[in-house]
Amino acid sequence: MAIWADSSTRVVVQGLTGKEGQFHAAKCREYGTKIVAGMTPGKGGQSVDGVPVFDTVKAARAATGCNASLIFVPPLGAADAIREAADAGIELIVCISEGIPARDEVLLRQALAAGGARLIGPNCPGIISPGKAKLGIMPAHIHKEGSIGVVSRSGTLTYEAVDQLTKLGLGQSTCIGIGGDPVPGTSFVDALAAFKDDPQTEAVVMIGEIGGSAEEEAAAFVMKNFSKPVVAFIAGQTAPPGRRMGHAGAIISGGKGTAKEKIEALTAAGIHVAPTPADIGITMARALGKT
Amino acid sequence: MKVHEYQAKEILARYGVAIPRGRVVTAAEEARAVARELGGTVVVKAQIHAGGRGKAGGVKLAKSPDEAVQVAGQIIGMKLVSKQTGPEGKIVQKVLVEEALGIARELYLGVVLDRALSLPVMMASAFGGMEIEEVAAQHPEAILKEHFDPLGGLQPFQARKLGFALELKGETFKQFVKFVMALARTYNDTDASLAEINPLLVTTDGNVVALDAKMNFDDNALMRHPDIAAMRDLDEEDPYEVEASKYDLNYIKLDGSIGCMVNGAGLAMATMDIIKHHGGAPANFLDVGGGASQERVESAFRILLSDPAVKAVLINIFGGIVRCDMLAAGVVAAAKALDVKVPIVARLEGTNVEEGRRILAESGLAIQPAATMADAAAKAVAAASGSGGTSGARAARRGK
Repeated sequence: MAIWADSSTRVVVQGLTGKEGQFHAAKCREYGTKIVAGMTPGKGGQSVDGVPVFDTVKAARAATGCNASLIFVPPLGAADAIREAADAGIELIVCISEGIPARDEVLLRQALAAGGARLIGPNCPGIISPGKAKLGIMPAHIHKEGSIGVVSRSGTLTYEAVDQLTKLGLGQSTCIGIGGDPVPGTSFVDALAAFKDDPQTEAVVMIGEIGGSAEEEAAAFVMKNFSKPVVAFIAGQTAPPGRRMGHAGAIISGGKGTAKEKIEALTAAGIHVAPTPADIGITMARALGKT
Repeated sequence: MKVHEYQAKEILARYGVAIPRGRVVTAAEEARAVARELGGTVVVKAQIHAGGRGKAGGVKLAKSPDEAVQVAGQIIGMKLVSKQTGPEGKIVQKVLVEEALGIARELYLGVVLDRALSLPVMMASAFGGMEIEEVAAQHPEAILKEHFDPLGGLQPFQARKLGFALELKGETFKQFVKFVMALARTYNDTDASLAEINPLLVTTDGNVVALDAKMNFDDNALMRHPDIAAMRDLDEEDPYEVEASKYDLNYIKLDGSIGCMVNGAGLAMATMDIIKHHGGAPANFLDVGGGASQERVESAFRILLSDPAVKAVLINIFGGIVRCDMLAAGVVAAAKALDVKVPIVARLEGTNVEEGRRILAESGLAIQPAATMADAAAKAVAAASGSGGTSGARAARRGK
């Protein structure tokens, strides 16, 4: 089953004619993802590696029946690109772009709340359902089809966790990078709710970090509504307060959003917290009784 | 991005927020004219980015223009050590000379983004002058909150609700409502991440004025606000961080001895954590970006190694789409170009990792390969404490 992205997903790449867009779209296609259209305003009628490019998402949808979008556009145009995709009726919008102003994200969230579109990101590696579809920039070869759902605020740290799982023989159902921004389109709770109803997913790895309260909200959700095993890791246990640790959302402000608070909340919810980033895979293997 | 109090007040004043009369000066003698203009009695305030200035002796009353010059002379050039500056303190370059006002009440007002609701929130409290975190801990019920629509902005009825709850009356109430509306507008229009007035003063003659002001801005939005971006004060930032920002490197100076070079912010934080877990201390946070090109690796090395506290370097790169052999070649080239002397522990993972490890092993440099993050952290901690760096160095000498 997997969640949100599978072999029926048909993708338009917004920004396909750019260097990043072209490179990663080709990698997604190699993986077997159905990249059916590109979209760059003013470049309609062109094609990139045989994929037709359209001026608008609406035109791309009409011509190709695309139902998902993968976005590689510069940060000040990214919110507009997301809105255009939602307006065209795209169901799944994956935004890789980093550096979108927080205010734009707040407005975006309100705009999307009315419609039915799911936004993943921004500032994220994307989503992959191993063996089915990849909409993102993650290295495909470290993944393996299986039953572990992965949801994370990070990029390379997610690859690290997935690599550990795969090496232990624990394949993945779907891996989602929700991104490192303060106002993500998809939250841990959204992903957990979807994993809950996914028969392929037997357990979930959740990778959080300092800043905000998304992990605490996830802990509360797990406590009430989630019976599959959950393993978590929180990055930034040694991060100084008041400093933004690379990600726009990774900041301890006013003494809130520390790793300690998050680990306490997760532990209290019965979640297995990996003590170090090197133990994420093994903690899952133990939680599943596979060691 | 942070700005000084005087800059925050300058921005706020443009939106109609009431601020005390005053001017910033960089030489003590200039304080005389300002004090004369303001009628004699003034407050002289050190302008540094850290808070806690008052308790540290950075804010003083002067009762005459002569005294203003004297006090300004004491503060300019002093090393201010407050709770927020850290023990090394900050040298004061500028002071704000402001009119002294009679204090009837000190209130608190602040706007931030409430991440749980994805909405901006105006907070108010009667406990002005206290840090809001302290108020939240001691009197959580005393913090009044009004969330508002970022498009429509804070509404007048919301400002009135706050004013009534704070028991303000008459002309003071009217001024307060206007003040709150103007503060919300400033926050919205400038892409601020924080706009805080603490304390907000009710003067003895009933006026509402921002006695102090603090504003932070969203780095991602500075492109839209060149006037605010121009207010960046490099003197207030760590010199290593300023250097790193020139190369678009995400670098934060810390006080340990293991220099870290990692691709990706989450992995970089996790690397710091695992160093700590193994008994060491990271010298920095450094994200060289997903791509980790040779140029970036080289500039990252240069910055790491200019910090004398760095006794070992840990490179942790999860290659992903970037090939490990290319990364390894980049690391070797950069280390050779810079003649790196400290032990280096490198952990590469991802595509072509075997080839990458071979390049490191045959480089003739004292680079210890590590198989996992745990292995890398253990080796780096040993190398930094001087007990484990030798085997790699010996191997390197043999290589030569």
